[in-house]
Amino acid sequence: MADVTEVRVPGVGVRHEYTTAEGERIGVLSHRNGRREIVVYDRHDPDRSRAILHLTADTRTLAELLGAAHLSEALSSVQRVEGLAIDWVRVSPTSAAAGSTIGEGRFRALTGASIVALLRGDTTVASPGADKRLEAGDVAVAVGTSEGLARLRELLGP
Amino acid sequence: LTLLAAAGSDVTLVFVEIGAVVLGLAVLARVAGHLGITAIPLYILAGLAVGEGGIAPLDVSADFIALTAEIGVLLLLLTLGLEYTADELRQGLRGPGTRGADAVVNFGPGFAAGLLLGWDVTAALLLGGVCWVSSSGVVAKVLQDLDRLGNRETPAVLNLLVLEDLAMAVYLPVVAALVARQDASETVATVALALAAVVVILTFALRWGHHLSAVLASGSDEALLLALFGLTLLVGGLAQGVDVSAAIGAFLVGLALSGPVQERAGALVGPLRDLFAATFFLFFSFQIDPGSLVDVMVPAAALAVVTSAGKLVSGHVAARRAGVGARGGLRAGAALIARGEFSIVIASLSAGTAHGGDLGALAAAYVLLTAVAGPAVAKYADRLPGPGRPSPAPVTRPTV
Repeated sequence: MADVTEVRVPGVGVRHEYTTAEGERIGVLSHRNGRREIVVYDRHDPDRSRAILHLTADTRTLAELLGAAHLSEALSSVQRVEGLAIDWVRVSPTSAAAGSTIGEGRFRALTGASIVALLRGDTTVASPGADKRLEAGDVAVAVGTSEGLARLRELLGP
Repeated sequence: LTLLAAAGSDVTLVFVEIGAVVLGLAVLARVAGHLGITAIPLYILAGLAVGEGGIAPLDVSADFIALTAEIGVLLLLLTLGLEYTADELRQGLRGPGTRGADAVVNFGPGFAAGLLLGWDVTAALLLGGVCWVSSSGVVAKVLQDLDRLGNRETPAVLNLLVLEDLAMAVYLPVVAALVARQDASETVATVALALAAVVVILTFALRWGHHLSAVLASGSDEALLLALFGLTLLVGGLAQGVDVSAAIGAFLVGLALSGPVQERAGALVGPLRDLFAATFFLFFSFQIDPGSLVDVMVPAAALAVVTSAGKLVSGHVAARRAGVGARGGLRAGAALIARGEFSIVIASLSAGTAHGGDLGALAAAYVLLTAVAGPAVAKYADRLPGPGRPSPAPVTRPTV
C-alpha cells in the first residue's frame, strides 16, 4: 500500500493523501460531521486541488465499490500471520455487549482481539471506531489469537 | 388604564420596529447570498441607515437591540470556540510560531495609524487589534465556497486562524482592562487578574472540558441548548465581573466542549447565533454617524491596502512553513485578507472612550472594505500575476 499522509485541518477535520501508482496525488478530506471530499491535486501546482467530489450520505457505496476487494485482501493477509486467527462472531440479544459501544465493551483490553469490521444486515462497517454501537444481530469480524477470539465469543454470545 | 394603554402602544411600536429591522436583515442576508459575499458589510450599512442621523432612525427599541447585540457577541464567540477541538488548540499552541510575523505586519500598521491620528495608546492598541485578526467566519466561508478546503495551503490558513483566535484570548482581556481602568497601578492589577482568569478557564477547558461535555451530552437537544445558552451568559457575566471581556468567557466555554456534543452544540446554537449576531453588527454601526464614516474612508482604505499586504506576507510565511509553494502562499494570504466579527468586537470595546467614535467609524469602514475585497481577491488569487502560475488559465480582470 502507498504511504498515506495524515494532515489535520483545524475546525474541519482531517485529510489523508497519497500518490497513486500513476503519479496522481489524491486525498480524502474527512469533515467532522461525516462529509467527505475526494480531491485530486493539480500536477503543475501540487498545492491546488483540481477536481473535487463531495460525498455525504453515499460514501458507503463508493467505499464498497472500491474497498470490498481491498478489505478481503487485508483479511486474507491477516490469515497468513502465524498464531493469528479471524472469526465472525454474532452479537446475541442477551449479551451485555448488545447496545454498548465498542469502546465501552473494552473488548481489546479484555480479550486481545480487535473488531475489524461490523456486518449489519446488508451493510459493512470497515474498521469501526470505538464509538460504534453494537446491536443485537450484528456480526463482528474480529482478529486475534484463538484464545482471545474464544473469550470474545463468550462476551458477545449468549 | 391609561398606563396600560400606553404600555400597550409601546409594545406595539417595539414589535413593529424590531420586526421591520429583522425582516430588513433577512433581505440583506439573501442579497449577500446572491452576491456570494458575507452579510456582515450589509448589516453594517443597515445599521448606519437606522441609526442616529440615518434615513430611518429607530427610537423605542434601541435598548432591546443593545441587549441582543451583547448576547450576539457571546454567541459569536461561543460558536467560534466550538469550531476547534482541544487537540487542535494544543497543536496550535505547540506549533511553530507564525503568529509573531502575523502580529507584526498586521497589528503594527494599525497601532502606528492610531498613533499617527493622534489617539491615545489604548485606542491605538485597539486599532492594531482591529487590523490584526482575520475573520474566521468569512475565511472559512471563502475556502468552502471556492472549494479550497482540500488544498495543501488550507491547514496553514486555518492554523493561523486558530493562533489568532487564541491570541485574542489574551489580547481582549488586556485591552478590556486598559479601557476600563485609568490609574496605572490599578490597570496592572486588572490586567494580571484578567490574564490569571483566562489561564484558569483555559486550563479547565482543556483538562476537564470532556467532563462538562459528558454531562451535557446526556440530555435532550432542548436541554443542551438551554444549558449552553445559560452557561455562556453565566461565564460571560462572571468574566465581565472581573474585567475579562465577557466575549472571551463565551469563547472558552466553546473551547471546553469536545467530542460528539461539540458537533451537536454547533448545530443547535448556529441559528440562534445568526439571529443575535446580525443585530450585533447592526447595533455596532447604529451608533456611528454616517457622516463620520465618509471622513475616515481615506485612512481606512490606506489601512486596508497596507494590512492586506500584511496578510499576504503572513499567509505566505505560514504556507511556506507547511512546505507549500509560492502560488499556494499567495492563495493563503489572499484568503486571510477579510476582517470581520473580531474587529468589530474589538472596536466595540472602545464605545464611550475619548476616541471611541472615531475608532468605531474607522473600524466599520475598514471591515466594510476588507470583508468585501478579501473574498474577491481570494477568488482571483490564482489568476493574479505572480510566482509560478500553475497552468495557462485565461487571464481575466475581476469585474467588481
